[in-house]
Amino acid sequence: MAGEGATGEWQFLQCFGERTPGEDIQEADVISAVEFDANGLHLATGDRGGRVVLFERVNPLAKPPAPDTRAPAPVPRGAAYEYRYMTEFQSHEPEFDYLKSLEIEEKINKVRWCRSSNNTRMLLSTNDKTVKLWKVYEKKVTSLANFNIEGRNTSVANKPNALSSHPKLTSLRMPKVTSTEVLLAARCKKVYANAHTYHINSISVNSDQATFLSADDLRVNLWNLDITEQSFNVVDIKPSNMEDLTEVITSAEFHPDQCNVFAYSSSKGCIRLADMRSAALCDKHAKAFEEVEAQANKSFFSEIIASISDITFSKDGRYILSRDYMTLKLWDLAKESAPVATFNTHEHLRARLCDLYENDSIFDKFDCCMNGKGDAIATGSYNNMFRVFGTWNSADLTLEASRDPMRKRLATPSKANRFAIRKNGVGKRGAGDGAEAGTDYASKLLHLAWHPEANVIAAAASNSLYMYCA
Amino acid sequence: MANEELLPIAILIDELKSDEPMRRLNSVTRLSTIAVALGEERTRSELVPFLAENTDDEDEVLLAQAEQLGAFVPFVGGPQYAHLLLPLLETLSTVEETVVREKAVDSLCKVGVQLPDSTLRLATGDWFTSRVSAAGLFATAYARSPPAIKTELRALFTSLCKDDTPMVRRAAAQKLGSFAKVVERDFVSRELMSLFTDLTQDDQDSVRLLAVESCGAFASALSRDDAVSHLLPVVQKTELTPNFVRLLRDSEAEVRVAAAGKVSAFSRNLQPMQVVQHIIPCVRELSTDGSQYVRAALASVVMELAPLLGKQSTIEHLVPVFLTLLKDQYPDVRLNVISKLDQVNQVIGIELLAQSLLPAIEELAEDKHWRVRLAIVDHIPLLASQLGAEFFQEKLGPQCMKSLEDQVASIREAAAKTLQKIAQEFGPEWAKEHLVPTVLGMMKNPHYLYRMTMLLAISMLASIVAHDVLVGQMLPVLLNAAKDKASYPYWAQVSPHFRRPMHESLDKQYPAHAISAVPNVKFNVAKMLERIAPLLERSVVQQTIRPTLVDLCEDSDMDVRFYARQALHSCEPHWLVSGKRHQHSQWCMNRATLPKEGALGFLNGSLCFAGHCGALAQVGCAD
Repeated sequence: MAGEGATGEWQFLQCFGERTPGEDIQEADVISAVEFDANGLHLATGDRGGRVVLFERVNPLAKPPAPDTRAPAPVPRGAAYEYRYMTEFQSHEPEFDYLKSLEIEEKINKVRWCRSSNNTRMLLSTNDKTVKLWKVYEKKVTSLANFNIEGRNTSVANKPNALSSHPKLTSLRMPKVTSTEVLLAARCKKVYANAHTYHINSISVNSDQATFLSADDLRVNLWNLDITEQSFNVVDIKPSNMEDLTEVITSAEFHPDQCNVFAYSSSKGCIRLADMRSAALCDKHAKAFEEVEAQANKSFFSEIIASISDITFSKDGRYILSRDYMTLKLWDLAKESAPVATFNTHEHLRARLCDLYENDSIFDKFDCCMNGKGDAIATGSYNNMFRVFGTWNSADLTLEASRDPMRKRLATPSKANRFAIRKNGVGKRGAGDGAEAGTDYASKLLHLAWHPEANVIAAAASNSLYMYCA
Repeated sequence: MANEELLPIAILIDELKSDEPMRRLNSVTRLSTIAVALGEERTRSELVPFLAENTDDEDEVLLAQAEQLGAFVPFVGGPQYAHLLLPLLETLSTVEETVVREKAVDSLCKVGVQLPDSTLRLATGDWFTSRVSAAGLFATAYARSPPAIKTELRALFTSLCKDDTPMVRRAAAQKLGSFAKVVERDFVSRELMSLFTDLTQDDQDSVRLLAVESCGAFASALSRDDAVSHLLPVVQKTELTPNFVRLLRDSEAEVRVAAAGKVSAFSRNLQPMQVVQHIIPCVRELSTDGSQYVRAALASVVMELAPLLGKQSTIEHLVPVFLTLLKDQYPDVRLNVISKLDQVNQVIGIELLAQSLLPAIEELAEDKHWRVRLAIVDHIPLLASQLGAEFFQEKLGPQCMKSLEDQVASIREAAAKTLQKIAQEFGPEWAKEHLVPTVLGMMKNPHYLYRMTMLLAISMLASIVAHDVLVGQMLPVLLNAAKDKASYPYWAQVSPHFRRPMHESLDKQYPAHAISAVPNVKFNVAKMLERIAPLLERSVVQQTIRPTLVDLCEDSDMDVRFYARQALHSCEPHWLVSGKRHQHSQWCMNRATLPKEGALGFLNGSLCFAGHCGALAQVGCAD
């Protein structure tokens, strides 16, 4: 089943902000966060320029309105998961902390959807320091006529004039709506500021939909969505002497249905599970998932590549998927000593760690994601590639974020659960993980997200957002 | 209608759609004015549809609108048209902002017509916001529904309690109690009980929290048997006492503080045996707890255990704890014990209290923290009433007198009041014998502040002691205080410490009874004479008080003259002070800028100034 679903054939669906060859990428346009909402009807991206862009699914149940569809008429099953641009807004602006002489980037580190209601959608976005709650709603812009005093609807300042120029006010009239236009508007509802000394790397909304956590390098804070002026510190790993600092928090995530449980990962490759019921301050973790590496395999880079860049719970809350530099690991919450499965994402680079260290690529932080059923996982790599693995079978795909022409894939028939979709002229590689001569470290696919219900992946390659489905 | 009358309304209407939120808000808060101006007919046909079309506004405006609509029934023409408001209010009940929804729900309940229909519509709404609002309508709607609808409402409430969205379950859990109150008892136990049980086992902590809060309402809606069999297991999952004991021994001081403060309230529900067995050991530990706050919390309630335990156990178990706490190094702890002493007294009786606790109290009366001393002084009347006259005189009397000479003004004042209460308690005879001589003796104190305290004490006692004491003993002293012109030099009055080295020589130089030259003392004498005068016969007033006051009227100090004149005025209503007012107000101004006796004198001066102005006004009226 898994083999046919998530790890079967992947098709290109659509692309937003596609780059023409040779086009310069504006740094501000590079996508830095991708997230589907809970039912997959919406997709949000954040970029380095502090903008959040929203996409909505073109309703698959109703017949798509004919004039508005610019679908490239792909295969029928993909059409159901077509998205269209909805709106965008400037979530964060660059700031300067005068006290510390620090520039605060506007780059969006994470976007998370909250509960939505009516025609309103709520989402949290964060940069390094400040989390904001945004409300995106359909604003009715009405134009009215039939005012009692003409001209007042445009300017309210000319009250005396209005009075003198309309001496014959004999009866009261109600203004009439002459036309209504619906616009999407975004409003910042709440700003959760001044709670983080270090850089925020994660935010996660609790299953109770009333609280969320925000994690920086050394602390995790718990907020109530309605209260901006106070947050509770739930994890603090700051040593009293900063010289004793051995690890930092790299990401944190709430359990999908147990409101008291959350997990946070560290730069040492450890995932800790904390229970907020046992104590207000969860410095003592409930569980720690850590794989002890054999002494023999240790190298200079061991510690660096062990750092976990992202964790995510499976939808049922039974597993945690973690991404470190070289691998994806799947952990069963019941087993702390070792992951139940390990997937190498770009093993061919192991020989090149030195280069990667030199050019700082080794510190790249790749996202990981899992599909709704939990039978497939995905993560990004270099060369705008991303990998899809079957969780329980050996399915293992390498795909490239590009407008994959169908004929190209057909021309390279899949070899036993393993096939690659590649663009022309990127490299002269075989289908396997052969020695890579031309790995392009600059074109890395860091952020991607899996649709919560369907096998649809949104992958961000620099400034472009590619959508695929299987 | 004239233009001028319509114009303001016209502006209000136009500004319902102003570009500026503040103006819209202003218009919306005056919707009732607009409605009145339009009349019922047009409000129904135009205003309400207009508002319904424009529910897309700032939260503040919507909030105001929701609030206004709650009182809108008369403006649309009474209850038969009230249903017109429902679509609008229902829309407002689904908006994103919680406060707006809550207000809209309030207004829906106020409007009150066809509530079940609204509830049904909202409860089956697509969005959680409408279902959350619906939860708030159930209790009101149910009470007004016919039986068929009631069944439906119960079914809907059940579905809300099982909603996917935690927000809706929270709302349902929160309203469960009020809903249970209106639902027939039969259905409560049959249908709602299982909901309650489910909600108390919800995955979400926040849902369980709210569900448990409705327990009380539930208990009252259930028969006793049901309550015991269904509710108790939920609330009281384990025995409470072991948990409480664990809290009393918690590693966090804050927890122990909170728990210690509840010791007596908790113990009240236990058998005395259980208290001795489980609680007392903890209490003993807590009395020597490392944190002063824990001990203070314990001290403030531990005395209340005494009535629970009875005499024997109190003596055996609690008195040692009391003694430990009374000797605590932190004043707050000791203070808390003392303020609850009476409770113990009732149990163990005076003999024992005297034996075990009095020494500690005596010690505390000389505590270096003035607030502790003050507390002791405040509690002396209470103790006195329990100790009895003899015992008091023996144990506490001297102490009380000493307090009259305390360095802290508040304590001296409290001591004076204490004397009055004691005198009331033990009667005039006793007061004459034990209190009056001492107090009068202290009038010879060389420092004027102490003499003022004695004046206060005398005035307190004056109303209690027998007439002959008043005339024979107190009055002469007062007159003496007023008459004598001799004084320490001004500089010697400033500070008792400063004066001490030359105390003796000064005492020789100035006779003890003749040291009342401080104006403050003198005008206080004048005030007191004024107060005492009504207690005396006319002849005494004429013979003794009046001449003194007349003398004081010639005093070199303005204040003294003023009060003396005032006192004279009240002694003899016909003796007028006319012609002096102008001069006096002139004085007031000078006085305000010219302090006389250092900082304290200055303060007194200012106070006098204020007092004078009031007095002046009075005199003015009298003229």
